[in-house]
Amino acid sequence: MSKQGWLSGPLAQLTLVRVREFMREPEAVFWAVFFPILLTVGLGFAFRDRPDPILKIAATPGIAAALKSEAGLDVRELPEDQARLALRNGDIALAVVGDAGNVVFYYDDTNTEGRTARAIADRAIQRAAGRTDPVAVADRVTREPGSRYVDFLVPGLIGIGIMSNAVWGLGFSIVDSRRRKLIKRMVATPMSRVQYLGSYLVWRLILLPVEVIIPLAFGGLAFGVPVRGSWIALALVCLIGSLCFSAIGILVGSRARTIEAVSGIMNLAIMPQWIVSGVFFSSQRFPDIAQPVIKALPLTALIDALRAIQLRGAGLADVGVELAILGGWLVVAFVAGLKLFRWR
Amino acid sequence: MALHVRQLRKTFKDVVAVDGIDLDVQPGECFGLLGPNGAGKTTTIEICEGLTDPDSGEVRVLGRTWKNDSSALRQRLGIQLQDTQLSDKLSVTETLAMFRSFFHQGPSVEEAIAMVQLGEKRRARVGTLSGGQKQRLAIACALIGAPELLFLDEPTTGLDPQARRQLWGLIIDLKGAGRTILLTTHYMDEAEQLCDRVAVMDHGKIIALGTPNELMASVPMPPKEPRLHAATLEDVFVALTGRHLRDE
Repeated sequence: MSKQGWLSGPLAQLTLVRVREFMREPEAVFWAVFFPILLTVGLGFAFRDRPDPILKIAATPGIAAALKSEAGLDVRELPEDQARLALRNGDIALAVVGDAGNVVFYYDDTNTEGRTARAIADRAIQRAAGRTDPVAVADRVTREPGSRYVDFLVPGLIGIGIMSNAVWGLGFSIVDSRRRKLIKRMVATPMSRVQYLGSYLVWRLILLPVEVIIPLAFGGLAFGVPVRGSWIALALVCLIGSLCFSAIGILVGSRARTIEAVSGIMNLAIMPQWIVSGVFFSSQRFPDIAQPVIKALPLTALIDALRAIQLRGAGLADVGVELAILGGWLVVAFVAGLKLFRWR
Repeated sequence: MALHVRQLRKTFKDVVAVDGIDLDVQPGECFGLLGPNGAGKTTTIEICEGLTDPDSGEVRVLGRTWKNDSSALRQRLGIQLQDTQLSDKLSVTETLAMFRSFFHQGPSVEEAIAMVQLGEKRRARVGTLSGGQKQRLAIACALIGAPELLFLDEPTTGLDPQARRQLWGLIIDLKGAGRTILLTTHYMDEAEQLCDRVAVMDHGKIIALGTPNELMASVPMPPKEPRLHAATLEDVFVALTGRHLRDE
């Protein structure tokens, strides 16, 4: 083979086609590169840890004065019916009705803000009426990087970035080629089918550093989100995760003939994991009975491993179970995708 | 024998697409499969290309069978499919470089571009090419492996008259270079111009076979009708089926 042999070989050429098609689709580049940043910024601000979480409440005129000195509360003075209406509308967390001698708290006890507001309001009213606390307490507040919401969020966003880009990118590209009868044309040549599918995996691996480094660097620079564990483990988890979701992308695109059909299948593959795999809130919130299923999902494994490495300083040995789950999905999805693939 | 087909049969659900046809294509010959839409031309050619499995019958391509020699055969065939849309975002050169990478031998990308006269468009994106240019690129993709046998499925369908004639010129050049070609068409003038021999297909069967001149000479014209022009292949088809060739 000549010096340029590897570049004119089929796997290199097919991969070049993937890269060129992607780079020449500005929208695709936007979603892959900038969307995770926007999401991090947006959610980072929306759920930022405010120094003083101010809770909005309403109080009737007879009791409002006692509450207004409390720094943690934003008190509106309203008549009883309007205060309770505001509570029903979700404008306030607590409605306080009554006067100095007799107070009724209206709130939703399933709402954390409501319960907190009730406790603060109760303390303020009791103290205003002359209660003294028998035990002296002091608060020492710590806000360490690693325990804030944004720290929880960044590994989750890296995980959904790897998943969504792979499943959407491969699913659409494969089905579009099938719709154009291009796949049929390609298999009319001596092209190797494994190399055809392999070029998709290589393409995703080329984009992987961009997908991981951008949110990681942004999280680190803008919010100080740490990476405490092993970089090698982080790289390996991302690598296996990317291959796993590429294989799932191939499986998702293996049969469909139209973009509409594959969109439905993609949503089926992606949406449940967006919700249950602990991207935005801990998957522990789902019932115990569902936990084994949730733990077995590839996105859960990927995100759990990323969080363990970034936040808890885990090494390679600590994420063995997650790597095994991702590897299992990779093998099953790739074999099934290859077997089911509609080559015309 | 470049292509040898015996008693080929293919049914899709309850439609008999190919109903027991025999074909022989000699090396160096341009053989035309002529017929209306739905006659079974594409099914026949795709079985010969190894893209569709026949229900029964024998197919030998360049003396080999798809069952035993599929990968060796793919290296030796050039294929243009009826409705392939090449990727709009790639350039002419990039598209051909990809196809070239699949073949052990063949012309360089630049040589292939020159063969189909797309030199001025070599850097253009496929999406910006005209219909005729796209079709010439599709034929360049079929030629990139220096094929011994070329399959062209309705190469001029949907092109304007000028682009059709340009493509005819290209196919005549290929014939002149001694290539073996099997092409399908539903234009009789195309078959007359390009093909050494023609098989007329209808309802999955071959209803006439011969050189264009033999076929046209075989048609008895009604005596009362003054013979203002020589018979065309259209007349052959009408005489054989009572229908016009372009009827669906």
